[in-house]
Amino acid sequence: MNRREGEGCPRRNADAGQDRDASADPSSPVIAAFKVFQQELDTKHDKYERLVKISRDVTIESKRTIFLLHRVTSVPNAEDILNEADVKLDAVRQKIGQIAEELRGEDIFQFHRAFTAGIQEYVEAVSFLHYIRHRNLISLEEINASLVFMRTEPKGSAEALQPGGQVLTFQVTPSDYLLGVADLTGELMRMCISSVGNGDIDTPFQLSQFLRQIHDGFSYIGNTGPYEVSKKLHTLRQSLGKVEDACYALRVRGSEIPKHMLADVFSSRTTLLDPEEGVV
Amino acid sequence: MSVTEMFNYIQGFLSADQDVREDIRKVVQTLEQTAREILTVLQSVHQPSGFKEIPSKCAKARELFCTVRTQICSLKTKFPAEQYYRFHEHWRFVLQRLVFLAAFVVYLETETLVIREEVAKILGIEVVREKGFHLDVEDYLAGVLIMASELSRLAVNSVTAGDYTRPLRISNFINELDSGFRLLNLKNDPLRKRYDGLKYDVKKIEEVVYDLSIRGLAKEAETGGDK
Repeated sequence: MNRREGEGCPRRNADAGQDRDASADPSSPVIAAFKVFQQELDTKHDKYERLVKISRDVTIESKRTIFLLHRVTSVPNAEDILNEADVKLDAVRQKIGQIAEELRGEDIFQFHRAFTAGIQEYVEAVSFLHYIRHRNLISLEEINASLVFMRTEPKGSAEALQPGGQVLTFQVTPSDYLLGVADLTGELMRMCISSVGNGDIDTPFQLSQFLRQIHDGFSYIGNTGPYEVSKKLHTLRQSLGKVEDACYALRVRGSEIPKHMLADVFSSRTTLLDPEEGVV
Repeated sequence: MSVTEMFNYIQGFLSADQDVREDIRKVVQTLEQTAREILTVLQSVHQPSGFKEIPSKCAKARELFCTVRTQICSLKTKFPAEQYYRFHEHWRFVLQRLVFLAAFVVYLETETLVIREEVAKILGIEVVREKGFHLDVEDYLAGVLIMASELSRLAVNSVTAGDYTRPLRISNFINELDSGFRLLNLKNDPLRKRYDGLKYDVKKIEEVVYDLSIRGLAKEAETGGDK
């Protein structure tokens, strides 16, 4: 095409054609270099998107587990629900295994932003379950210990060949753990209010004590932690206040009001409290 | 493990983390200082008298890059090599400036685009992540884009200084760079934002070339240059 143009007006068009050729010349070193960059960037972005997708799945499933766990207070045998939650969390762990798979050989912090939300939600769910079972705080080691995966090789024989290389771990970072625990306090507050609604008198006191411990822990960390922590500290204070108010009300009025009427007292409370509570 | 113990453990981790960041910040500050010095040296090419001194200015800048190398060496010792991206934000800005400066020096010397490996060599770092402190491809590209806007300025000033051939060469170079960047699928991130500015640099240089050619100033350059 350039040649034909060139015939009409030889000098000028030939020059123009040359310029255009130079700018789109596939063999030029600059273009060749940028082709490599294109591939490199695309690979990175694709991986990032895949991680975001897995992270969203982790978030959704963890949230559902938390909703499931909130039913514990209203059913007679909690054990069934806890087992169901275990099954759900196992599925979540499989997803985290996929994250670990994607991150193999990568710098975990390069893609951290892609999956941090999901991991925090998982920490929240798993620590909530742990609290309901054992009435104490799950440690970071315990969480990390459950995130060890055996790689599923398409061929069974390969697994036998290199037993060491098949183990894949995922490490939750301390700040993700911290943020997850901060979210947990919101769930505990909800659990406290609903257990009062069900006429459970002991749980609120246990919860308020536990929340106070966590609150003290966060105050101890103060602003040395990441920026988000100080933001969550405010919400944590609010949750603690609500739980302490509930305990106060129980102590003061518990002796006066017949137990079967307590539910009415607190159901009016919860409607007051609910709108304030942010999306957890 | 009790709640208090757990928080103690986390707190220990966080303050260790803060110490590392503090150390990194100190070294990055010295790096920024050196980068500013190099920039000052190179800025003089915009002076009418500076065009003749380009080789000597480049040599001086290259000397200063020795300081950069030792400073980056000490930066490497401040944190574990595999946690590069954890602290990346601290040196991202200065690294992009340094890429720009290295690319500018190489352009002034040879009028070609510096390849990534060459920049890494000038700065004394690696290209591949596995080998240690490396040059992220996005930082490299960002540095190249900074250079593009510097070149559009140089095109204007070289006309003022009476050098009519340089804008044409810069124009070719920037056009090639532009078509290179067109190949990339950029996400909506800082790099993309910076790339969006490239078209203004291209436009400005084209205007300079237009001004020259409409007055016949480019022609004598053309016959003297390529033809």
